[in-house]
Amino acid sequence: MVICVSLLVGCGGKEEKKKEKIKLPTKTEKKVEKKVENVPASKTIDLTNKGIGPINSVTLGTQIDKKMVAHGEDVFKKMCTACHRTDKKFIGPAPKNILDRRTPEWVMNMILNPEEMTQKDPLAKALLIEFNGSPMANQGLSEEDARAVLEYFRTLK
Amino acid sequence: MKNLLKSTLAILGALVAFTSCNNSANSGGKSGALASNIAEKVYVAPGEHDEFYAFISGGYSGNLTVYGLPSGRMFKEIPVFSQFPTSGYGYSEETKPMLNTSHGFIPWGDSHHPDISQTNGEIDGRFIFINENNTPRIAKIDLTTFETTEIIEVPNSAGNHSSSFVTENTEYVVAGTRFSVPVPQRDMPISEYKGNFQGALSFISVEPEHGHMDIKFQLLMPGFNYDLSHPGRGKSHGWFFFTTYNTEEANTLLEVNASQNDKDFIAAINWKKIEEYVNNGGGTMMPAEYAHNVYDEVTHTATSTMKKEVRVVNPSDVPGAVYFLPTPKSPHGCDVDPSGEYIVGNGKLSANLTVHSFTKMLDAIENKKFDGEAYGIPILKFEDVLAGSVEQPGLGPLHTEFDGEGNAYTTFFISSEVVKWKLGTWEVIDRKPTYYSVGHLTIPGGNSRKPQGKYMFAMNKITKDRYLPTGPELEHSAQLYDISGDKMELLLDFPTHGEPHYAAAMRADIIKERSKKIYSLAENNHDYAAKSDADTKVVRKGNEVHIYMTTIRSHFSPDNIEGIKVGDKVYFHVTNLEQDFDVPHGFAVLGQNTSELLIMPGQTKSSVWEPTKVGVWPFYCTDFCSALHQEMQGYIRVSPANSNVPLKWSMGENIE
Repeated sequence: MVICVSLLVGCGGKEEKKKEKIKLPTKTEKKVEKKVENVPASKTIDLTNKGIGPINSVTLGTQIDKKMVAHGEDVFKKMCTACHRTDKKFIGPAPKNILDRRTPEWVMNMILNPEEMTQKDPLAKALLIEFNGSPMANQGLSEEDARAVLEYFRTLK
Repeated sequence: MKNLLKSTLAILGALVAFTSCNNSANSGGKSGALASNIAEKVYVAPGEHDEFYAFISGGYSGNLTVYGLPSGRMFKEIPVFSQFPTSGYGYSEETKPMLNTSHGFIPWGDSHHPDISQTNGEIDGRFIFINENNTPRIAKIDLTTFETTEIIEVPNSAGNHSSSFVTENTEYVVAGTRFSVPVPQRDMPISEYKGNFQGALSFISVEPEHGHMDIKFQLLMPGFNYDLSHPGRGKSHGWFFFTTYNTEEANTLLEVNASQNDKDFIAAINWKKIEEYVNNGGGTMMPAEYAHNVYDEVTHTATSTMKKEVRVVNPSDVPGAVYFLPTPKSPHGCDVDPSGEYIVGNGKLSANLTVHSFTKMLDAIENKKFDGEAYGIPILKFEDVLAGSVEQPGLGPLHTEFDGEGNAYTTFFISSEVVKWKLGTWEVIDRKPTYYSVGHLTIPGGNSRKPQGKYMFAMNKITKDRYLPTGPELEHSAQLYDISGDKMELLLDFPTHGEPHYAAAMRADIIKERSKKIYSLAENNHDYAAKSDADTKVVRKGNEVHIYMTTIRSHFSPDNIEGIKVGDKVYFHVTNLEQDFDVPHGFAVLGQNTSELLIMPGQTKSSVWEPTKVGVWPFYCTDFCSALHQEMQGYIRVSPANSNVPLKWSMGENIE
């Protein structure tokens, strides 16, 4: 910490050059990543992986449950908007069209069990890297809340 | 050749040395094996939990520290009577009222005797109370959050020392004055102390559900020094016992003048009788000024209310409620055994340890065997109430605790030892030295009907050579003893913080299960909480600016703020949106004349900043919270007082 602070203070006058120097290595790292995997984790489609956590099976109704959507939207606004925007990448990925890319079980497990997911689930691990190590916070949602958020996500198209 | 010989001899010598070393290790195997056995007794493997919590008062730190036993590891310092920059206690807008008194804001206190709440005479682990000695106050700490949630000032008191001990069902937490003073306080010559000063013993009721404290009555006693106290229990439930010294009523050079009398007193107070008297309208309401500070866990905010009167009771108005038990010589600790029968008066300057009998006391009262009176309070005859004496057990007895197996353990300050003796036969069973000059000692549950035994720890006043030296000032040393056998066994030295005056300890399981992990964000009812990103805003009211800010791994919202001017009073109201265990965030801004904030999940805390310099000033998270903690920062632009820069805020986009 002390070293970082003194570095910053010491380089105050030459900030632009400093920035360029820092950017270079991250660019090369990204190139390496791209070689290994072309599609970023946030765009990867995997409709079989159910993730790791308390949810083994979710049945989606044919009709969207509006009452549940209202509850889910409320929970999302209170607990998730610090890091997520519905339609664009923010601190974390956007949930828009998420069910075209993920199973409902995976989504709920990611909400309910993010620590284990980002340690063990290959997709969640890749997402953590794509989003620069910004952790998915466990906001202590109940399964009912998480299910409602999932229903709300069904409306985001 | 000579060299070769020499080196051979040297090698041989070395071998011999090694061998003899091994031999001695083997032959002296007892001490070696014993030593490792002791190590095992205090070893708590990585990731495992201690069996007991110990709450050790911080003395002049004003706080309370939490330790684990048998490991002697410190887990937490709970701020109580002193400002604590580590968390912002006493600095944040929400907690400043906790340190309000009738003398104004006081940033420091001298904490003394913690005592855990009880139900049916057994410690229940709900609350822990602790007294402030200097500006008399009693604090309550909630053991679900380990936070100080209430502080009540004690009027008419001075040197709040014979405190804060609870009755069997936590009906009362009791606070007695060490220094007698004019009641009410007034301008008068010090030399007129004798006969004019009084000693207030305060009975503070504890509301059963939330533990809210209220002074039920103050007993205005003669102008002695009331040193320590303990409740009756079992058969003596309903009584409270206080040691006194300076029954000479000296007002100068007490080390000589307060040691003249052969005996001082233990005051026995039948509080149930006085309670009944008060419930029937007895006593008088007297004008007084004292602060009552309560922290609300839903608004995360403390409020301070100044109370204007207190009920006082003159002991001679309640016949049969107060008696004096003569006790040699300047008794300090006043300890009641688990059965409630024996009251131990630890006469500091006495050769013997005096133990009174509750049964004999009742009998003497019934048969009116009085030996005069003091200020209208009957004095019982020493011989009539004496249960027995422990003959010459050591020098300078201070405090006694009990193991529930019929044994008592007394500390001796001058001879620096703990002596184990048997209740009833008064024989000394064992003694062990302490390093050095022991004050208090604690056995888990030792002040209750059911002590939990197993360990005893002594809190020493002097450390000297026990640890690596740290300059002239050393932390005090505590020592843990195994008391499960006939003989005490010293297991461990561990440092304590500040000066521990007493400690309370109990089995960890009950507290552990109830310990809160987070504050519910949904229940957060703070006036300035921003409970989601949509609630964040910056509001100007004249030169006051309120920033409703949120924090979550790993950003503040807003993190760019403009339109602040020199001369503004800027309130950062920071809500931690996390709902996960052990994810606090910190907050500090460059040049701020106060401490950081440490905000627990679901909590809101506020910090005031009055910028004096134009510039763009960073703020950041002070608690390493995630891999992107170093990115957790923001900027606030301060413009000249007369500037027209509009108020703007943002996060995640450019401000313009």
